[in-house]
Amino acid sequence: MNRYSIFSLLRNAVNYHQDWQRAWRSPDPKREYDVVIVGGGGHGLATAYYLAKECGVTNVAVIEKGWIGGGNTGRNTTIVRSNYLYDESAGIYEHALKLWEGLSQELNYNVMFSPRGLLHLAHSVHDMQEIGRRGSAIRLNGIDSEFLSPAQVKEMVPFINLDCRYPVMGALLQRRGGTARHDAVAWGYARAADDLGVDIIQNCEVTGFRIEDNVVTGVDTSRGMIGAKKVGCVVAGHCSVLASMAGFRLPVESVPLQALVSEPIKPVLDCVVMSGSVHAYISQSDKGELVIGAGSDLYNSYSQRGSFDVIEETVGPVVELYPIFSRMKMLRQWGGIVDVTVDRSPILGTTPVKNLFFNCGWGTGGFKATPGSGHVFAHSIARGEMHPVAEPFSINRFNTGALIDEGAAAAVAH
Amino acid sequence: MLLIECPWCGQRDQTEFHPHGEAHIARPEDPDALDEAAWGDYVFFRKNPKGLHYERWVHSHGCRRWFNVMRDTVTDHIHASYKPGDPKPELPITADGGDTTGTPKT
Amino acid sequence: MSQPYRLDTGGRINRAKPLRFWYDNQGYDGFEGDTLASALLANGVFLVGRSFKYHRPRGVYSAGAEEPNALVQLETGAATEPNRRATEVELYGELNAASQNCWPSVKYDLGVVNSWFSRLLPAGFYYKTFMWPASLWTTYEKFIRRAAGLGRSPMEPDPDHYDKTHAHCDVLVVGGGPAGLQAALSAGRTGARVILADDKPEFGGALLSGRDVIGDAPATEWVEATVAELQGMREVTLLPRTTVTGYYDYNFLVANERVSEHLGPRGRGEAPKERLWKIRAKQVVLATGAIERPLVFADNDRPGIMLAGALRSYVNRYAVLPGRRIVVLTNNDSAYLAALDAKDAGAAVEIVDTRTAPAGELVDRARSAGIPVHENSAITGVNYRGGRVRGVEVMQLDSDGRGVRGVGDKLNCDLVAVSGGWTPTVHLFSQAKGKLRYLDDEHCFVPGERAINNRGFEVGACRASWSLETCLREGAEAGAAAALVTGFDRAEPAPSPAAPEPAQGPLRPLWILPTVHPVGRGPRKHFHELHNDSTVGDIELAAREGFVSVEHLKRYTTTGMGTDQGKTSNINALSVMADLQGAAIPAVGTTTFRPPYTPLTFGSIVGHDRRELFLQKRKTAMHPWHEKHGAVFEDVGDWKRPYYFPRAGETMHDAVQRECLAARTGVGMIDASTLGKIDIRGRDALKLLNMVYTNAWDSLKPGRCRYGLMLNEHGMVFDDGVTTCLGENHYHMTTTTGGAARVMNWLEEWLQTEWPHWEVYCTSVTEQWAVTTITGPRARDLLASLADQPLDDDAFPFMSMQEFPVAGIPARVFRISFTGDTAFEINVKARYGLALWEALAEAGKAFDLCPYGTETMHVLRAEKGFIIAGQDTDGTVTPMDLGMDWIVSKKKGDFIGRRSFARTDTAREGRKQLVGLLTEDPAFVLPEGSHVVEPLREKPPMNMLGHVTSSYLSPNAGRSIAMALIRDGFKRKGQTLDVSLMDGSSQRVTVTDPVFLRGEK
Repeated sequence: MNRYSIFSLLRNAVNYHQDWQRAWRSPDPKREYDVVIVGGGGHGLATAYYLAKECGVTNVAVIEKGWIGGGNTGRNTTIVRSNYLYDESAGIYEHALKLWEGLSQELNYNVMFSPRGLLHLAHSVHDMQEIGRRGSAIRLNGIDSEFLSPAQVKEMVPFINLDCRYPVMGALLQRRGGTARHDAVAWGYARAADDLGVDIIQNCEVTGFRIEDNVVTGVDTSRGMIGAKKVGCVVAGHCSVLASMAGFRLPVESVPLQALVSEPIKPVLDCVVMSGSVHAYISQSDKGELVIGAGSDLYNSYSQRGSFDVIEETVGPVVELYPIFSRMKMLRQWGGIVDVTVDRSPILGTTPVKNLFFNCGWGTGGFKATPGSGHVFAHSIARGEMHPVAEPFSINRFNTGALIDEGAAAAVAH
Repeated sequence: MLLIECPWCGQRDQTEFHPHGEAHIARPEDPDALDEAAWGDYVFFRKNPKGLHYERWVHSHGCRRWFNVMRDTVTDHIHASYKPGDPKPELPITADGGDTTGTPKT
Repeated sequence: MSQPYRLDTGGRINRAKPLRFWYDNQGYDGFEGDTLASALLANGVFLVGRSFKYHRPRGVYSAGAEEPNALVQLETGAATEPNRRATEVELYGELNAASQNCWPSVKYDLGVVNSWFSRLLPAGFYYKTFMWPASLWTTYEKFIRRAAGLGRSPMEPDPDHYDKTHAHCDVLVVGGGPAGLQAALSAGRTGARVILADDKPEFGGALLSGRDVIGDAPATEWVEATVAELQGMREVTLLPRTTVTGYYDYNFLVANERVSEHLGPRGRGEAPKERLWKIRAKQVVLATGAIERPLVFADNDRPGIMLAGALRSYVNRYAVLPGRRIVVLTNNDSAYLAALDAKDAGAAVEIVDTRTAPAGELVDRARSAGIPVHENSAITGVNYRGGRVRGVEVMQLDSDGRGVRGVGDKLNCDLVAVSGGWTPTVHLFSQAKGKLRYLDDEHCFVPGERAINNRGFEVGACRASWSLETCLREGAEAGAAAALVTGFDRAEPAPSPAAPEPAQGPLRPLWILPTVHPVGRGPRKHFHELHNDSTVGDIELAAREGFVSVEHLKRYTTTGMGTDQGKTSNINALSVMADLQGAAIPAVGTTTFRPPYTPLTFGSIVGHDRRELFLQKRKTAMHPWHEKHGAVFEDVGDWKRPYYFPRAGETMHDAVQRECLAARTGVGMIDASTLGKIDIRGRDALKLLNMVYTNAWDSLKPGRCRYGLMLNEHGMVFDDGVTTCLGENHYHMTTTTGGAARVMNWLEEWLQTEWPHWEVYCTSVTEQWAVTTITGPRARDLLASLADQPLDDDAFPFMSMQEFPVAGIPARVFRISFTGDTAFEINVKARYGLALWEALAEAGKAFDLCPYGTETMHVLRAEKGFIIAGQDTDGTVTPMDLGMDWIVSKKKGDFIGRRSFARTDTAREGRKQLVGLLTEDPAFVLPEGSHVVEPLREKPPMNMLGHVTSSYLSPNAGRSIAMALIRDGFKRKGQTLDVSLMDGSSQRVTVTDPVFLRGEK
């Protein structure tokens, strides 16, 4: 592998960059692998990388039906944070954040993780109680969290309209939260995994599982059968489809989630600001675009497009909170498919089929977990039992009732 | 932006409606007879199909009635709307050359 | 100042209306009918911007929405807008624009250093560097951010307003060129409801930029006649200056009308700046035309290089001849029209044609007009100096067009017009999930199969129908067919007039022109994408590194990601990648076209739903009184509720303490109108109550009230309230304020989908009743003073309801209590709410009546250990967790959520349970949300047992009180634990029952 650095860039500049190697190979699938990862998004590629890097499993293939990073990895609003309420969530998201913090160096690929600070705004007494609880829990889990007064919010975002409908009463700040370059995460993991011997096989769609005596032995694909001792499925937006091929159902619904960007402008917003109550999630990319997370539609869909009224309901709050952006223009809107669980927490674990593992249900927030999810999933697959950080996210919790209800905790009532 | 046929009011914009997930899931008559897995299955597990989906909608900004819709989750094409209690329609829907919503009869 | 490049005659500008405008603080003159771009060109301003990455100088490249270069900062202060395309901005008096992405000026831009280091900055360079040392990334990033971006955001609120409207039509025609006009005409004549939208101020499309003939007259006369006829049709709506930006499912389209933008910020008056049209059409006719495809040659980005069609547009439409000596570079015949028009307008013109032996009528006409044609040739270099092109180097192509030979010819020129053929504008078709089809002969994508939900037709150049007669015929036929489908059976196509024009021969399929060094390996840059400075070399690098799928290519090179969304560049990028892979373009694929077609103003998306109209505020009947008496309000759901009523000089703390004492010792009064209220009646009403509540309801007699908890099917509490039996099969249910709609929907969901055979009718009556609650030892006396009714415990027992007039107003009075004291909830028809409240306030003077707000309500209920659903519960709490086993019936049979109690995790010991906490320091009020830990450590992480759900200073208990959900809480009563606070300090607490005041009612 060419090592990337300013020196290699200089060296290659001399002959007009003719000597760069492929970032990853394009191999034909082998007959059999120790582990097949289905899904070439960030999570799947990270899983393959950590299998090869840390678990000594290098006979690994990542199978992707389209192009790597083309699903939710390349469609999200790139927010990274670990400020979750429950210990279990804090465990996995903070595990991920710690990995984010050294990821560019780990992968020798600049994923542009930028801890520019992330604000959660509170707009009501109920919101204040919610951030009060969450802020305290985050801190006691050993993760950074601070409360800000409205005046301190104004200092960070001078043009915010504190006095909007549902006035800003305070905020929770995670300084280590921020953004990363989404595509680079997929490419960086792919390149590093490939370098360790992982086969990345694009344009290869799984059409079924080979299961004998309730043990998975391979996958049927558009490029033929590929044998596998173990299979890990990490296919955001399609997990129910794969589960149904393997003969079981998931507590998951797939719905459209949209996002949009404005035209690029010179730097004006230097942190990520999230408002759950007024529904405005906004940051500014390094390119200068305002990146805005829209809401999800509530109906099941695999069409990767949502409704225009969701865009209206997203831009409205943005202009209410940031009246200066009224004359800005929406440059692009797009949709992805998110797999939502009832408790808004992911599912990682074994399945009714032996040696078949699923990692899914990340809902609207999977991107931030990419390194942590891949890391614990790799260890779980390698060992055949769940990593302690992943343990609470087993599918069985929907039978026992041991939900990790990040959704309910933020719900509004009274 | 879907155009949904309410069985009582006719075609209306999607914004008048609210979806409520998979249809035809009957509440178990005797919950105690179900083991933990079967009960969990009823409460949380869904088909979530890629393709034909039978789902519930409510005309929340209209007549406030609930009804069922047969929709393709890939194309978002609505093949049929029908009242609760009506039998599940099947494809193809051929009545006078079109189906009940969206597609003009030619 | 004169306009040196303005033609003396012609054009569609209004010479009677000269307009003064400002660009980079210099004054210029133009005319009404100009765009900012045409006016700048008329004045000889060629250098108008700096490119995104390398800060290379750039000029006007097109005459429309596809413009990648000429982006300006329009206006200043609150009215400023970044990244406006000068080719789309209509000129108005005193228009003030400035160049952007440059410092100190567009002519001398320091950012040009990026260009010197451009060899270090190929596609994706940032992924390969800025990693060492890790700690410096955020510093590097600051510089990257400053260099990126284009224009500047306004920093003041928008002074303009925006309108929004819905429209329904039979036929929507997108694009007002010849095909679109014919479609609208044919459909309109049937009486169908038609909307015709076009992004330009005038209808006519390409006809306004050419010199076509329809019938025997100039095409513009046909345009005028057609528009006049359309204007006379009652069911036809004409929308000029309206860009259809999005095509969503079921023929739902979004269009943005620039209502008054052309009048400028000072000429707008009361008019909205823009108006968003949300259109639902039965049929959609796309007549969206085509965009000229550039040829990519060495240094093809210099100011003074533009599309040939744009040159034609400037000459014919705007009467601007933007060069004296023009070189036309082409691989096809259409550019000959531009050459002829420019020649006719007085320029010296030469044609460089990549074809080996161009022939045909247009070529002959050019030759006979004295225009030299350099055959089988390409431009291999550009002489650029002082802000514009000075000349080009031309060489012979070798046989396969991949190399050049011989010695370069130097041609002097001040303008280069380029044409690589035309690309159909399929954006909307593709947005609507239509499948694209590649035409090998025409070298372009055209609409293929439409998506099932988006019915309509495509006509004219957007489906690669190039001849005017074909466009006219297709438009007429589609208009009639669309009307027919929607039920207008008189439909027939408008007659298609003759439109003679010279035939055009085939183009040479060569778009990347070679130069003296291999493309991408020398100082001369081939930009296939001007906006983001992406070169052919970048695509080659991407391919070399394995980024071969179209989406990888796009993301790695940022091709097509600019504000022009790659309108001129996408197809060339695809063809370069196809070439590198040795594949055909359709095998490489195409990227997804995403809305909007052109950037859409946020303000327009929002419309009037801003400020006061952003989200509704619900106010009770008594709201005016609260305002008059200085209430501070709290947002609860959509409602504005009095939070507390401060007296002069009081803080919130003072007011709440006073209110709490007054309500416990005398009489307090609160507006409880916002509680959800549902009228339930019908034969099976009781069955419903038994299913949705955990307790049994069979024994509830008319006039009696009962408290209930509502669970979801997971067994978790989600709402609570008191339900009263009003009579046989008739109940009055109350819910939490925030949960009212949810509970109503919940009941309806079960009734309509699970138990449709039950006879139960639910009606939301929240807004029909105004509720005043009086509470405290003197509440009964106060009520007695206004009601002629026995109120003692025997006559009017606790948990009952009676109807009698209060202050002469018919009322339902509920003797229920959320304070634990004697209380009466007086419900009157909403329109009497204020009168009753005022009557109570007046009568209350004799009793020292104290109005109080929600905060005092919270303290009073907490003193008695009453929960608030949503505050002391969070969707993870069962009735047993709340210590409310008594409310869960073991006998009545099934109810919603019951089965879930028996699940392993729900039935286990040691769940989080609701308890009281008393701090060691009675004056210390624990922050709500803080956590009880065990053991307490010096610093985090610490093991959390649970959190404080409610916490107040209770004047009646004489100390702070708190409720908390903590692990195994019931067994911990009496234990001393610690609460760790955000500032690192901690508080010792004792676990107690969550009841802090005993006794009474």
